[in-house]
Amino acid sequence: MIPGSFSYHRPTSVQEAVGLLAKLGDDGRALAGGHSLIPMMKLRLATPANLVDLAGIAELKGARADGNDIVIGAMMTQHELIASELLTAKVPILRETSLLIADPQVRYVGTLGGNVANGDPGNDMPAVMMCLNAAYQVSGKSGERRIAARQFYQGAYFTALEPGDVLTAVRIPAPAPGHGYAYEKLKRKIGDYATAAAAVMLTMKAGKVESCSIGLTNVAETPLWAEEAAKILVGSALDAATVKRAVAAAEAITAPAADARGPAQYRTKMAGVMLTRALARAKSRARA
Amino acid sequence: MAKSQVAMKINGKTIEALVEPRTLLIHFLREQVNLTGPHIGCDTSHCGACTVDLDGKSVKSCTVFAVQANGADIRTIEGMANADGTLHALQEGFREMHGLQCGFCTPGMITRAYRLLQENANPSEEEIRYGISGNLCRCTGYQNIVKAIQFAAAKINGVPFQEAAE
Repeated sequence: MIPGSFSYHRPTSVQEAVGLLAKLGDDGRALAGGHSLIPMMKLRLATPANLVDLAGIAELKGARADGNDIVIGAMMTQHELIASELLTAKVPILRETSLLIADPQVRYVGTLGGNVANGDPGNDMPAVMMCLNAAYQVSGKSGERRIAARQFYQGAYFTALEPGDVLTAVRIPAPAPGHGYAYEKLKRKIGDYATAAAAVMLTMKAGKVESCSIGLTNVAETPLWAEEAAKILVGSALDAATVKRAVAAAEAITAPAADARGPAQYRTKMAGVMLTRALARAKSRARA
Repeated sequence: MAKSQVAMKINGKTIEALVEPRTLLIHFLREQVNLTGPHIGCDTSHCGACTVDLDGKSVKSCTVFAVQANGADIRTIEGMANADGTLHALQEGFREMHGLQCGFCTPGMITRAYRLLQENANPSEEEIRYGISGNLCRCTGYQNIVKAIQFAAAKINGVPFQEAAE
């Protein structure tokens, strides 16, 4: 399969990339790792006339602590993320999630920025970012702004990004030390998108849930932040009855499509099972 | 569409060429550089038969444009043998352990396993299986591929290879 023709641009700064994309308008697409875009181009489902490759922009690489936030450059690959000592120490759910994405070759090239900006409901990082209350730093024609992950996803492949915008970094409020976390993903095989997946972050105090946040992957047109389900759990000891009520609240906001992974009802139930498992594992990891 | 000038080091040799931006690295390697070791299997980023080593990363060359590899250092199966012409430990392992049947996936398996052993000189069986999970083989059931990589790791580490009991 051979993609349609395009012109290739390789800017060396965010400013240059934003200028190019603003000028090109609908004829330009930003290229990160390309492991979603290039397959689409090979199928001619995407036929951009211009590709603006972000790989030459040094400022989009690496992760650092900034006050109470962790800031991750959009072009950090999944492979780099898995190897990052800073991220493994401060936000270990990221490494756990990355290890469940695609396969080794794809993780060497696929980026965090591409994963969250693409708007594919099958991508794993968006629900994790909603769970973490991350914000995306975006550079565009009118300067820089931050968009909360929880406000970013509008529909399958539709996001709050405007033409000419470049998502430059992901900013995560550092989770409390001693927090519990888990990302549980059901997939048919390595490399598959989730049948359903659940991200959980929580803190425990004296045996009770002090705070809790839940994200769900691939069980709706967008990733989901299960606010109501998390509220039900706060103050509980994660006893079976309360977990059951929370799982029902999470299942209630799902609206998966039936596909080769199973009928819609099954995928909703699997979201509940993934959440139940993620809650148990997050609890076991939390320092009470 | 205007062609772009690219230069890259492939198996230690500098190659300069003109490519269309849409030329995939696998097509460039096979058709312009005449390196037909990397195979086109699924052409959809799944099977790993097109895997090459690019700047210390295992990549699926069907999902990278040649222009993206401008300036890169690439190694394909053709560059795997030792300088004196003897087989690389991995090649030897695949032969000794019968790590291939039809051989179609083998170049990708070996180039991937090469990077895996660079990063983890003594992987467990589980780590090998996870490490090659981006490479599909439709013949062997993987058992002998895993053994071949264990054989190579032992040889590189200078320790005797012990086949695990079945």
